Amino acid sequence: MVDLILFFIPSALIIIGALIVVFAKNPVHNAMGLVMTLVSIAIIYITLNATFVAMVQMLVYAGAVMTLFLFVIMMIGVDKKEQSSESIKGQTFLVSGVFLILISILGYVAISSEFKWDLWFEAVEFAVEGTPQLIAGTLFTAWIFPFEIISILLIVATAAAIALAYDSKRKKNDV
Amino acid sequence: MSIELIISLVKANIVLAVLLTNTILLIWFERKVVAGMQSRVGPDRAGPFGILQTLADAIKLLLKEQILPSKADRAMYLLAPLIALVPSFLIFMIIPLGPDITVEWQNALYTIPLVGADLNVGVLYFLALSSIAVYSVVLAGWSSGSKYPLLGGVRASAQMISYEAAMGLALVPVILYSGSLSLVDIVNSQSGNLSSSIPILNTIVSFIPKWNIFPQFVAFGIFFIAAVAEVNRAPFDLVEAEQELVGGFHTEYSGFRFAMFFLAEYINMFNMCAITATFFLGGWLGPTFEGILPPIFSVIMPIIWLGVKTFLLLFVFVWIRATLPRLRYDQLMELGWKRMIPLSLVWLILSAIVLGLREFGLPWS
Repeated sequence: MVDLILFFIPSALIIIGALIVVFAKNPVHNAMGLVMTLVSIAIIYITLNATFVAMVQMLVYAGAVMTLFLFVIMMIGVDKKEQSSESIKGQTFLVSGVFLILISILGYVAISSEFKWDLWFEAVEFAVEGTPQLIAGTLFTAWIFPFEIISILLIVATAAAIALAYDSKRKKNDV
Repeated sequence: MSIELIISLVKANIVLAVLLTNTILLIWFERKVVAGMQSRVGPDRAGPFGILQTLADAIKLLLKEQILPSKADRAMYLLAPLIALVPSFLIFMIIPLGPDITVEWQNALYTIPLVGADLNVGVLYFLALSSIAVYSVVLAGWSSGSKYPLLGGVRASAQMISYEAAMGLALVPVILYSGSLSLVDIVNSQSGNLSSSIPILNTIVSFIPKWNIFPQFVAFGIFFIAAVAEVNRAPFDLVEAEQELVGGFHTEYSGFRFAMFFLAEYINMFNMCAITATFFLGGWLGPTFEGILPPIFSVIMPIIWLGVKTFLLLFVFVWIRATLPRLRYDQLMELGWKRMIPLSLVWLILSAIVLGLREFGLPWS
């Protein structure tokens, strides 16, 4: 019973948040819908014993990334008229096609599993806790090379952003 | 109903009661200390020494009209005070107030940890929730539909992101020293006294408790400054700079919604001081005077020690507020990005090298 509550309430919040992201007219409301989705996903992670991933999800996505989103939205200004009037050619057709495929996949899964709700994993006795020690142990031994490559990639991206934004010709007293 | 559930419910209620009572005391404490530093009397009418003044103010705020500005974004305007208040209560749940106590009830022994929840990712939980708290200020500023709160909100988002980075980086050396992300383990790792392999040094430092503040004094400095900035207290209170922005993000709020922001600010301040005490000043550790005082004090003394350390830090908070002028916006950003983050990175590398040498010896030996 507790399993069901812990699964369905965050899932419902995820879906509602995602719908807000798509349908709300105001950019700030969109952003807050995304925050709701991200935080609810963190709750799902906690129920799956991945506490570390849950906290990082909260800290990085819900905390830092979305705050930056909001900051940018406010700097640009939200009071301007909506700029979503331009539409991709055949937008409605494409979207309804994708929606139809999605519905048919969901229907196929539901029918082929004979409408049984065994969507969650069964309780295992030796459930692995997603502890920081475990993740760090794997990340810094077996996966150290990809990890370092990703960090180099991030530094390159940061340096490139600074190089693009920095105007070297500008005079010093101009700043 | 299981006994664990009852214990958890009682704990949640204790947290609520402690934080609310404590805020009332804290506001009075701040007003009295600032008044003393400015040669004034401060509140002295309601109750003995004016200690009930805050209660009177709270009742006044509860009874006032709650205004909804006509240009406000209704949903976000109502949501913002809630987002301010909830994380501040949640953060207090992970602060260990004392060692585990054992209670005998109906011929069964129950071990009750004096902490809301001992998470194995406690430090990250604290950082995550304090980053969620940014939304309240940003949303309140934006949704008010007025220019001064909006400026306050934009300032808040930039300021709190900048200082969160320094705060997180200052905590990493502490985690390295303690070897755990759990706040209970961090406190336990600070028990005992310092020791040194050099005999002469050992006789000197063996009297000093093994608190993290002594090996990690730079991290403590960075963390404390970042903590002041994170809760938007003077001299980092640009978010609600009265002279420039009327009241900042909460200009348009009135009545109980304003009280919620006020409450959240003081609870956050208290949390920050309690967390600083836990990370750097040994948390609840301290002499319990066993044998001198009655046995009940072995349970109460840790809580008293944590309270004493927290209120010492709170006094410093208030002291800073009464002494230092507000920083200019560019100075604030410069301090955050150009001084504190590089310094904390350098300190992190230094601590890691020292710890590595202590653990594995010199690389060529």
